[in-house]
Amino acid sequence: MELLTIDIAHVLAGALVLTSFMLLYQDRMSGLINIYTLHAIILSLSVAWQAYYQDAPHLYFTACIAAIFKALIIPFSLRSIMKRLRIHRTVEVVGGVGITMLIGIFLVALSLVVMLPATASADPLSREDIAFALAIVLLGLLMMVTRRNVVSQVIGFMSLENGLVLAAAGANGMPLVVEISVAFSILIAFIVIGIFLFRIRERFDNVDLSELDRVRGGRS
Amino acid sequence: MTLLFNLLAQSLQMLLVLALAPLLIGFIRKLKARLLRRKGPPIIQPWLDLIRLLRKEVVLAENASWLYRAAPYMIFAMIWVAASLVPTFATGLTFSWSADLIAIIALLGSARFFLALAGMDIGTSFGGIGSSREAMFGSLAEPAMMMIVFTVSFVAGTTQLSEIAAYMVANMELRASVGMALVALLIVAIAENGRIPVDNPATHLELTMVHEAMVLEYSGRYLALIELASALKLLLYLSLIACVFFPVGLASRDAGAEAMMIGLCAYVVKLAIGGGALALFETTTAKMRIFRVPDFLGAGLMLGLLATLLVFVTRSL
Repeated sequence: MELLTIDIAHVLAGALVLTSFMLLYQDRMSGLINIYTLHAIILSLSVAWQAYYQDAPHLYFTACIAAIFKALIIPFSLRSIMKRLRIHRTVEVVGGVGITMLIGIFLVALSLVVMLPATASADPLSREDIAFALAIVLLGLLMMVTRRNVVSQVIGFMSLENGLVLAAAGANGMPLVVEISVAFSILIAFIVIGIFLFRIRERFDNVDLSELDRVRGGRS
Repeated sequence: MTLLFNLLAQSLQMLLVLALAPLLIGFIRKLKARLLRRKGPPIIQPWLDLIRLLRKEVVLAENASWLYRAAPYMIFAMIWVAASLVPTFATGLTFSWSADLIAIIALLGSARFFLALAGMDIGTSFGGIGSSREAMFGSLAEPAMMMIVFTVSFVAGTTQLSEIAAYMVANMELRASVGMALVALLIVAIAENGRIPVDNPATHLELTMVHEAMVLEYSGRYLALIELASALKLLLYLSLIACVFFPVGLASRDAGAEAMMIGLCAYVVKLAIGGGALALFETTTAKMRIFRVPDFLGAGLMLGLLATLLVFVTRSL
């Protein structure tokens, strides 16, 4: 029974890594948002499972926050933003999906190699979860680096934050105050990015971030 | 007496896969037609087609070599052997000592080799296009398949398919690495069988086709053999997924006839579920561009790599 519990936690964390890879692979805007929703749902399931395993009721609250904010509100508002910007049917040009995936595999390997020895004395359940969480954070960063469209960068940022929540849930005890403030700061960051999105759109007529380079006067 | 019983079970398995393969294709076609609110041909239609093809005369191009005529027999034999080595309703049948996963992949690889050669033999442009694309897909799908095999073999400690299935029956656990291997195997299976996001099995004379392009010049009994072989290949992948990842109801070694009957029923149910899922997936997705396929297969390869990595790391814990 003990083993099965740990296995389910690992499978959920592994599914989260898998969804991160799907985010890297997907180039359609609407598909991207659907996969992000899936990411958030798996995250809330994973946190709820941790709550059950650790017998920590406040983690259920975290799971609820993840489900409501990240799986309902953010995808919904992202969708409405994309409708208003009229980019909801765009297919983003991503150069070299194969190379990006290869770098992603390398990042997962790196986080496993780094985290497993570093947490040698920890609880067997949280060890692999923390390694997976680091992998999700790195994959989110990779997505922000490789994408040029603002909306996909926002999604990369949100998936990164999901990795942080997974790590915190596995780390046996995160104060509820921290959790709530993190959730709200993410929401505020989302609003700020949304406002920026419209400003960028107003000025440049598209949301391709490479346009910003011209303003900086750097590469063009 | 036990020897006789074992031989009987083994030959039952060989005939079973042969009989079920076209029925599976017919079932999937019927289901797809029903999902589009059409009536669809009866499930037995692929068998009727095959019988009709066997009766028809063979039309051969003038410059066809001996290879062109020998290839269908070789392809059919290889895939039939491979398909009957995969445990369907019971593990530990008489010939299961030879059912090594790597041997099965080698059989499928040689079948692909002969099919590609036969596609190029006559020298029509369609056959050449089909063969070159098949080679391109194969060069990505086979490494991915090897990665999946490594993952599963590391978990079970053997490459013997029958023993892997027995191990999976005995130790039913959830593992993140095996889950990733399953997703990778689904991707490889879709690509290898030319199902919808990769290739459209229902089309003829389209610039994107792969499998149909290679067999375009075949007719009569040769075409029947090749069609039967491709049906067997689909059945093989479904039974592989069923026996390694969902080994519920699989009869163990030395089990009696009763356990085998249960295994048989479970196998048919699993095939129906798998075929239904495939039909549903195919109706809801669109075919992807041909140059997008390497990305799709590359994702499968990456997942296989990731699964192998995960097994290595978690074993050293």
